[in-house]
Amino acid sequence: MSALAISGALEAGLLFSLVALGVYLSFRVLNFPDLTVDGSFPLGAAATAVAIVNGVNPFLATAIGMLAGGAAGLVSGILNVRFRILNLLAGILTMVALYSINLRVMGRPNISLYGETTIFTPFETLLDFGIWTNCAVLLFIAVAMKFLVDWFLSTQIGLALRASGENPVMARAQSVGNGRMTLIGITLSNALVGLAGSLFAQSQGMADVSMGIGTIVTGLAALIIGETLLGSIKVVWATLGCLIGSVLYRFFIAAALNAGFLGIQAQDLNLVTAVVVAVAVVLSQARRNSRFRLWPALRRALTAPQPQKG
Amino acid sequence: MLSVCDAHVTFNPGTPLAVPALRGVDLDIEAGEFVTVIGTNGAGKSTLLSAVAGDVRLDRGGVYIDGHDVTAWPTEQRAAMIGRVFQEPRAGTCSSLTVEENLALAASRGGRRGLRTALGRGSERRRLADQVARLGMGLEDRLGALAGTLSGGQRQALSLLMATLLPMKILILDEHTAALDPGAAATVLDLSAEITGEQRLTTLMVTHSMRNSLDFGTRTIMMNAGRILLDIHGDKRKDYDVPDLLDLFKKTTGSAVEDDQLVLA
Repeated sequence: MSALAISGALEAGLLFSLVALGVYLSFRVLNFPDLTVDGSFPLGAAATAVAIVNGVNPFLATAIGMLAGGAAGLVSGILNVRFRILNLLAGILTMVALYSINLRVMGRPNISLYGETTIFTPFETLLDFGIWTNCAVLLFIAVAMKFLVDWFLSTQIGLALRASGENPVMARAQSVGNGRMTLIGITLSNALVGLAGSLFAQSQGMADVSMGIGTIVTGLAALIIGETLLGSIKVVWATLGCLIGSVLYRFFIAAALNAGFLGIQAQDLNLVTAVVVAVAVVLSQARRNSRFRLWPALRRALTAPQPQKG
Repeated sequence: MLSVCDAHVTFNPGTPLAVPALRGVDLDIEAGEFVTVIGTNGAGKSTLLSAVAGDVRLDRGGVYIDGHDVTAWPTEQRAAMIGRVFQEPRAGTCSSLTVEENLALAASRGGRRGLRTALGRGSERRRLADQVARLGMGLEDRLGALAGTLSGGQRQALSLLMATLLPMKILILDEHTAALDPGAAATVLDLSAEITGEQRLTTLMVTHSMRNSLDFGTRTIMMNAGRILLDIHGDKRKDYDVPDLLDLFKKTTGSAVEDDQLVLA
């Protein structure tokens, strides 16, 4: 693998670790399977791209992308909490609506940021790490967001949020408004995803209306890999797992693409991601249900044929 | 302190599965009273508690706590005035939070939760640890342990402490020892009596045991078919024994108590 491929994988991994953090907040902490992500990711990208093209300061433009993502999350939250639409459907409705909204925001299917000043531009001279500059900036942002999420979940509101997601009956008895917690959590989750989309557009030099497809599955893949490696109960480990899982996952993909493993090509990425998530979920469930260990089980599966139930 | 007026609740109204759970319950509880509620399965005991806590909305009637008409208040709003321990040990605590975090959550009940660190400063944490030590369950050494790793008795003791940590108007105990083994049940029950006595809490306790309903508290209520059947309080309560309750039940309803658990427990 070339240095360029490695830096590219690291960059993408750090970017999607923000999505993984968002997915951790919704899927794990709040117990809200939120599919808004596939729409809020390109929304963050679109809002930032439009702002930058119109001469807005890139840092402000990034904040706009983040806010736009949060607003999308809030819509899903309101659909669920106020109008009692099933959480899964609420996310899907917002996601579908966002496809049209993103086209409206951009005015066309894609916007190029080639030659524009982005959030990475000042660091190219400041840090001067060559192809690693973006990685360094993204590493700083990802680690900062990890600690921000850790801190938030240890505050009074954060604790109420965690209780609300795990045990809504108990949370209510401790005067926690579960609806309000859902709104806060889903908004923050999608703000993180909007930030990821915004940074993705700036690092890749373009925003595209179809760039959101599969975001949720990539985020889940990173989350589950992290949980498998570091455990999922303590917040600080789970968020670290989001970072590590996401980077590792991107390295797997890059390595597979590079080696031509099973003839995998770039267009097969979503299929591979879906398969990885499905397998990882099955394995993690098996592990939770029994004293299942990943490596012995894999070794057994690879060396000896499993007896068929019949 | 607590008034329930003409409370009516029907589950699944307007369907063939309609179940009238409360059929006109009137109850007035003075501050400092410890009321035990007993009755057969389906008598409406738990529904009455849920109606006071806010989980069940009344079809008719009202709930008043300390002069406030709380009939339309959601559970989380009433929670500022109500401490509650559930039957199921898992229900009252959060498994993935530590013992200390569970307590911190209870310590901010009824207040505005902000972005301050939930566990608070050293002095606040020590104060909480002292409270935990008073339970006598050895939990003070396990403050950092996840609540999910505690035994049922420990979890109920923790729930009890969480419910009574802050000043409040009413403590609700919903068969909170029913899911425990006899030893743990006795410990938690004694602990409940100790805490309520010390803080002079107004308490509403549902129990499945006639024995406990007379041994604990200051007033005993027996429910049947969504109504209050017997209300024993004052000096004459001391003279009652389990057979007297059974006789009274038979006399008023015309049928004997068939729930073995009620008699034997």
